[in-house]
Amino acid sequence: MSNHANNTPILELKGVSKRFGAVQALEKVDFEVRSGEVMALVGDNGAGKSTLIKGIAGIYPFDDGEVFFGGEKVDIHGPRDAADLGIEIVYQDLALADNLDVVANMFLGREKVGGMWAMDEESMEEEAIKTLDSLSVTTLRSVRLPVASLSGGQRQAIAVAKAVMWNSKVVILDEPTAALGVAQTRQVLDLVKTLRAKGLAVVIISHNLHDIFEVADRITVLRLGKRVNVFDASKTTQQEVVYAITAGALSQVPGMVKS
Amino acid sequence: MSTTQEPVSEPQNALLEATARTSPGDYVRNYLQRMKGGDMGALPIIIGLIVIAIIFQGQNEHFLTPRNFVNLIVQMAGITTIAIGLVFVLLLGEIDLSVGYVSAVAAVFLAMRLRPPDGWPWYAGIIGALLFAAAIGIVQGLFITKARLPSFIVTLAGLLVWNGVVLILIGTGGTVIIQDPVIIGIANAFLPHVWGWIVGVAAVAIFAYSKLRRWKRRQKRQVSSEPIAIVIFQIALVAVIMAAVVYVANLDRGVPFVGVLLLIFLAAFTYLADRTKFGRYVYAIGGNTESARRAGIPVDRIKTLVFMIASLMAGAGGIVLASRLRSVDTAAGGGNLLLMAIAAPVIGGTSLFGGHGRVISALLGALIIASIENGMGLLGLSAGAKFIITGLVLLVAVLVDAISRRGREQSGLG
Repeated sequence: MSNHANNTPILELKGVSKRFGAVQALEKVDFEVRSGEVMALVGDNGAGKSTLIKGIAGIYPFDDGEVFFGGEKVDIHGPRDAADLGIEIVYQDLALADNLDVVANMFLGREKVGGMWAMDEESMEEEAIKTLDSLSVTTLRSVRLPVASLSGGQRQAIAVAKAVMWNSKVVILDEPTAALGVAQTRQVLDLVKTLRAKGLAVVIISHNLHDIFEVADRITVLRLGKRVNVFDASKTTQQEVVYAITAGALSQVPGMVKS
Repeated sequence: MSTTQEPVSEPQNALLEATARTSPGDYVRNYLQRMKGGDMGALPIIIGLIVIAIIFQGQNEHFLTPRNFVNLIVQMAGITTIAIGLVFVLLLGEIDLSVGYVSAVAAVFLAMRLRPPDGWPWYAGIIGALLFAAAIGIVQGLFITKARLPSFIVTLAGLLVWNGVVLILIGTGGTVIIQDPVIIGIANAFLPHVWGWIVGVAAVAIFAYSKLRRWKRRQKRQVSSEPIAIVIFQIALVAVIMAAVVYVANLDRGVPFVGVLLLIFLAAFTYLADRTKFGRYVYAIGGNTESARRAGIPVDRIKTLVFMIASLMAGAGGIVLASRLRSVDTAAGGGNLLLMAIAAPVIGGTSLFGGHGRVISALLGALIIASIENGMGLLGLSAGAKFIITGLVLLVAVLVDAISRRGREQSGLG
């Protein structure tokens, strides 16, 4: 696994909490990721993975706790704030609009505008092609096809390319390989390694430990809204991680009396 | 370029190579593939118009005459104007049932401000009526976006409320006469024959200029562009259609002024939908609202603006309809106006399910509907028969929409 180029985390959460009505989705969770590092985020269903990244993305702001970006405390109140910092999230459901073409999707919400309020389609298309090229995504027939006509791997690649196009420093991938076949999973994992080589911080959420052990440098385990452990991927085993996910080395399981 | 690192040496760009070279053959093949996949474009419309022409001409020789053609343009103008605004609502996957009576409210507002004691000049009346209509749209849009009510219910309430407002404003008198010559001229004036040709040539020139300029720009930047043969074919097609329209209209009274108005609406709103960020956001919201929201698009503001556009265009359509009748009465905005205005874009190929459609579908669909209405009028069919036939045409259009949607899903063309 690669050396951590920089020891200050680019993104750091300290004691963040989030409650939905009666459910404590996150309770005083710490989390960090460094530049040039792939940090896996794992946990069973309902462990709080999605809530954590949605908080980082500004979709559901945290109730409590602090967020530091590049060592400075920041407030993220909406998707725009996160994007402005250089945090991009690739969602499980891909967050692509099927009826729009590849270029329109990659620039969605950040279109370049030329004269007379018209979008500068040529510049957008050029940049989209350059970005896809730099990520070695070359299986597309045309960047003017609606994304509905693309394969799962291609769609995932478009979603990742969309995320890295914006000078982003942290890319968060939510279940990037969940719906993909073997060859397409390989493409996506290679893409993750490319991002790391470019010096980006990558957070990857996955249920597939095999994939995680292939690309991750460190592994954060969440259970029932709490962080139970952070493993160095080179110094742990799948069994150890599975144990942390299921039994959890929690001193206290929320809602149960400590025995 | 804003990726964090440029590739050290630019590799041979396979994508760029592939997209820059599209031959006319590829283009036609792509078109045929899209059609098979359920994206049929204007083809059903053209076939429909031919069938309609054959049927009605067979029954009544007055159908395909210059006089009736000019009548048709005037008859379809009001519905088309309203339908252009509705295209945006349909693109969102929403509906606006209030446009019929909003058009009537705008018309009543205009007619009452023009007559004494107010005696407003025509331009003030039009601006006032359009602002009033736009305000209605904003209010309805805010109920839909801020209170999260379904657009079906909010605009159904609007339908009743604005119908009531029309009845109260007109009162028991029954009819408000319009006497302003400019307002009456909107739907009753015709261009002198020479001006018909000048406008026609200018429209084709603008279309050709923008098409060719775009093509040239895309060639220079080496991004994907249509083959030049296809571009020239499109320009030629538009030129032929425009020449035929002006020629036939000039055999009768000339090109109706309202025809020019429709052309301006068509061009302006096509630009809005296809070229601006706003238009892109409307398509994005209609395609996947959640992805639009996550991309930071102000979904609520865009939706509210779309309902404003629908009401604004309804107001404009109401003024056109009032101009044609030279008056507004208690029946304004009623009958099957709403149904026709919604049916037009759907018949023209805009999906009721959101995300798919074009502004020109309003014009194409209205052409079909107005042709049927016009033909049935010539045949002297009963009101009952007219309703049944119009209803069946709408059903067929929605059926085609549903089938083509399934085709799109199966062929993965979104």
